[in-house]
Amino acid sequence: MVSRLVVGAHYGWRDWLAQRVTAVVMAAYTVILAAVLLLSAPIDYGVWHDLFAQGWMRVATLLFAVSVAWHMWIGVRDILMDYVKPAGLRLALQVFVILTVAGYLGWTVQILWR
Amino acid sequence: MSQAAANKKRPKYLNLSALLFEIHLPLAGWVSILHRISGALLFVATLWLLFMLDRSLASARDFAFVQHYLGLLPVKLALLVLIWAYCHHFCAGIRFLLLETQRGWDKPTARLSSIVVLVAGLVLAALFGARLW
Repeated sequence: MVSRLVVGAHYGWRDWLAQRVTAVVMAAYTVILAAVLLLSAPIDYGVWHDLFAQGWMRVATLLFAVSVAWHMWIGVRDILMDYVKPAGLRLALQVFVILTVAGYLGWTVQILWR
Repeated sequence: MSQAAANKKRPKYLNLSALLFEIHLPLAGWVSILHRISGALLFVATLWLLFMLDRSLASARDFAFVQHYLGLLPVKLALLVLIWAYCHHFCAGIRFLLLETQRGWDKPTARLSSIVVLVAGLVLAALFGARLW
């Protein structure tokens, strides 16, 4: 019998799961938005503006944006861990990615609640 | 089968022509690497997409600008690539979720699902791209 003692902080498992959960959130938003846009065509400024003026749409889009940011960070971090070996360069790129993703999220909030 | 393997010339060295013409990535490998490439592309392109979302919601005049901007051929082509990237990433992601929940592990099914993902990504991109045009 193999008795395995699992130790550690489980960061890898948490990120792995977060990437899957955010993927499901994004997929749901994508399908809903695609349906709304296909049903409300043609899209002029009034339709577009009114869509994003609604409370549920803003909150849904915010949840989507948070999911994108989280998912994006884990995905790009994985790419950097696979291909960029020098630790200093990798750290610098990872910091850049975190700042970029945070900037994207802040900008999205600003667009939604202007 | 083992006879054919035994008759192959050994050792085999990897060179450019072998990499280009002899060694092929399996279809599941194509799905996987394209999932990664499309993801990286979407990370970079989010800056541009947010710019367009920002302008389109700013005012009626800015919305008209975005409409005009989206009518330009290079912009359309770039957006078409991003639409494909999103569709492929979406479809390949669903395939990975199914594989991770232990569905479609046998070889014929895995190969079929790879083909479905590659084709669905292109078809969906064509569908949404057509609406863009």
